[in-house]
Amino acid sequence: MGRFRDNKYNKPGLMLFVDEISHKHQQRRDEEDESDQYHYYQRPKQVRMESIETLVANIIGLSEGKTTQLHTLLKQSEDSIQNMASQLGQSLDQLDPEKHSLGYLFLLEAYLSTPAAKEQAELIPSVARFINSCVAEQIRLEPRKFTYICKTFTDVVVQRQVPIMGVAPLRIAVRKLQPSSEHLTALHSEFLLVCLLAKCYKTGYSILKDDIFEVDQPRNLFLYCYYGGMICIGQKQFRRAIQLLHNVVTAPMQSLNCITVEAYKKYILVNLIQNGQFSATFPKYASSAAQRSLKHFSQPYLDLATSYSTGKIAELESCVATHREKFESDTNLGLVNQVVTSLYKRNIQRLTQTYLTLSLQDIANTVQLNTPKEAEMRVLQMIEDGEIFATINQKDGMVSFLEDPEQYKSCEMIESIDTSIQRIMSLSKKLNSVHEVISCDPAYLGKAERHRNQRFEMDDFDNVPQRFNM
Amino acid sequence: MEGDDETTSVTMIDDEIYINGGGEEKRSKPNLSGELLDVEVYAGLYSGRTKVTRLMFIADRCGNQVMKLDALRMAYEEIKKGENTNLFKEVVEKIDGKLGSEYCLDQTWVDTVDRKAEVRKEKLESELNAYRTNLIKESIRMGYNDFGEFYYSHGHLGDAFKNYARTRDYCTTSKHILQMCLNAILVSIEMGQFTHVATYVSKAEQTPDALDPVAIAKLRCAAGLAHLESKKYKLAARKFLETGPELANTYTEVIAPQDVATYGGLCALASFDRAELKSKVIDNFNFRNFLELVPEVREIINDFYSSRYASCLEFLENLKANLLLDIHLHDHVETLYSQIRHKALIQYTHPFVSVDLRMMADAFKTDVSGLEKELEALITDNQIQARIDSHNKILYARHADQRNSTFKNVLQSGDEFDRDVKSMLLRANVLKFDTGGYHRHPHHRKF
Repeated sequence: MGRFRDNKYNKPGLMLFVDEISHKHQQRRDEEDESDQYHYYQRPKQVRMESIETLVANIIGLSEGKTTQLHTLLKQSEDSIQNMASQLGQSLDQLDPEKHSLGYLFLLEAYLSTPAAKEQAELIPSVARFINSCVAEQIRLEPRKFTYICKTFTDVVVQRQVPIMGVAPLRIAVRKLQPSSEHLTALHSEFLLVCLLAKCYKTGYSILKDDIFEVDQPRNLFLYCYYGGMICIGQKQFRRAIQLLHNVVTAPMQSLNCITVEAYKKYILVNLIQNGQFSATFPKYASSAAQRSLKHFSQPYLDLATSYSTGKIAELESCVATHREKFESDTNLGLVNQVVTSLYKRNIQRLTQTYLTLSLQDIANTVQLNTPKEAEMRVLQMIEDGEIFATINQKDGMVSFLEDPEQYKSCEMIESIDTSIQRIMSLSKKLNSVHEVISCDPAYLGKAERHRNQRFEMDDFDNVPQRFNM
Repeated sequence: MEGDDETTSVTMIDDEIYINGGGEEKRSKPNLSGELLDVEVYAGLYSGRTKVTRLMFIADRCGNQVMKLDALRMAYEEIKKGENTNLFKEVVEKIDGKLGSEYCLDQTWVDTVDRKAEVRKEKLESELNAYRTNLIKESIRMGYNDFGEFYYSHGHLGDAFKNYARTRDYCTTSKHILQMCLNAILVSIEMGQFTHVATYVSKAEQTPDALDPVAIAKLRCAAGLAHLESKKYKLAARKFLETGPELANTYTEVIAPQDVATYGGLCALASFDRAELKSKVIDNFNFRNFLELVPEVREIINDFYSSRYASCLEFLENLKANLLLDIHLHDHVETLYSQIRHKALIQYTHPFVSVDLRMMADAFKTDVSGLEKELEALITDNQIQARIDSHNKILYARHADQRNSTFKNVLQSGDEFDRDVKSMLLRANVLKFDTGGYHRHPHHRKF
């Protein structure tokens, strides 16, 4: 990671993104290599050297209801499109991105692969226009090309340091590419990255409300969950952030990767903020790679969790001071400071369990605040946030702690309980159907069979082993 | 709360407190050993090696020069009666000439004893060899036993244990087994190997023939000590409480009946609940005999049971210095004391809806802020269900609302289920790549 230190993208929090971008370039090159091979095999015997004009005419002609035919034709002439890539700029203007989405897609992809295109000033609005107006059915015929266009678009937006211009188009792009809201696309992470850079956490969070189940590439999932976790942290939605980061940490993986390590660090911190504790034992479904070496990379964070569990501010602060540099270089210092604040809150919350009334002075002493005034401000803040139930008597400097007024009797509560029940029921139905599908999946059965043969001596006839360990 | 209620509850507490703390002066106070331990009396309770080791332990721990030298002097005299030259040298070194020329290193005595030991060892060896060639089981057993005794009296505990254990193969009657076990237990206790003690106690109890009451009492004591050492205070208390009065002064090489009362009483206080305390300690006729030997402990238990915590804690405090000088109890005094104190606090608050902290502090002879801290710790530990009104210094009992907490728990587990299932489904989908069925993008697996 060190070699990116001097990179201009190295704003706080961006180190990993930069790493990722370089990753992406590598991968893109791989994909290109592959498509070359593809051309080699698919290349028709008689290479038709079409001119740009005939091509455009064909696109316009066939776009009306004959998209399948057009798709075949375009695939056959992919090579020649590539050859005239540099002159495609003007012909794009002749096409309507809405009516001729598929043709536009092919031409734009070829055009964007030329270095000159990336320098063009008008690039961002024109690609954004295409994304906004293209027809979902047509672009889904070539998801890889569409993904490539959007990724290039992201790169350009990031490079020109106007990430905010990418937010709206990419959001539309995600929705257009997704067959359903349960599908994860390669564009999810791009969109979240742009949101993070533009600090549009709220927009980013809107997409995180959907639950993702269908994943094509594990790598997309890792980035989606990691960026998503960061956006949730920005929105102070710590519960959701924990869930997303948990997915990264426990995801099946062959070997450890950078994203998981960074996610694990944040996972520890957010757990401390939200739950006040962190258990370093992994659930047994976590991959062995993660179980083996994650802790090794995040020792300062684990130390922090240990000192947090003592409940002593002084100890926590000395721990923060010891590892300050590490936290800072990981760009987690802000979160670490939130961890410290949360310990104050937690100590005050603990007092509500033991006291009915307590003077502000005593609160200040017990939770190691300097003045009763400071204690008052903290208590006030917590009452406002609904974290404790209490009243402050300023005359005597006393705080009276009350019980949780929620009696679970109101209509709203019953309604919310009802929605929870409905949600759980539908989830459980989904679980059953997935279970059925998996137990009929030949690939799974084959693997399970092999597994059982390997250890037949164990006399284990449960043919769905580790059903709940996934 | 209505004003009326409050006043009645406060007066009620007032009465109660008066009973708790105030009646103390009227009762006849037994003469307590708040002053320093009388080493001579103490030493008189024991015999054999334990007497020496206990005296030396006191000398090491008491921190009082007069007492220390007193203890060392008695240890010196006791060793002179035996044959343990190593221990003798150790004691002389500790005395360091401070008791005058009478208590210096008596080299001629050491030499004589050592020479005699050499001769005796050779004799025993030749005897044992003769027995072994004749293959007479009983004689071999006797031979090993003699060897065990020989090593024990000379302070070679490891060798003694080995020889005693060896007699096991030659035991023919239950009586022999019992003897072997008791010997092994004795040596193990001296060595501080309490796991051995526990195993040999169970071995002895498994002998087919009924044991005589004295032996049973001895085994109970040994088991109690083993449990005490492993911090299982409740089990230890049970064993000591089961010890029969037949023990009397038959086991002074290990334990005095006074110790049974002290160990048993304190462990019971720390670990039993009220009902158990009443049925197993106070109403226990056998144990009452032991308690009579140590009136302090008897008073502590009675005070505790009748909720006179102030005097109970006072007695305990007085006893503390001496208990710290006990070779078996010293490590456990602090734990037992804090457990007893916590139980007293919990028991005190239990019957009340509200408790005035000032009166409670009086009853426990402490100040309000200290009490508040103690209560806070107990509440945090969930041992007392109450909350403190720090402004008015009143403790209010708190009864958890079952309905609300059930709702809360149900909603929480619903959320957890939701979260777990979702991430499980997600993992299942990712795992499809590993099952080999979805190799549409093989190059992505490089990731």
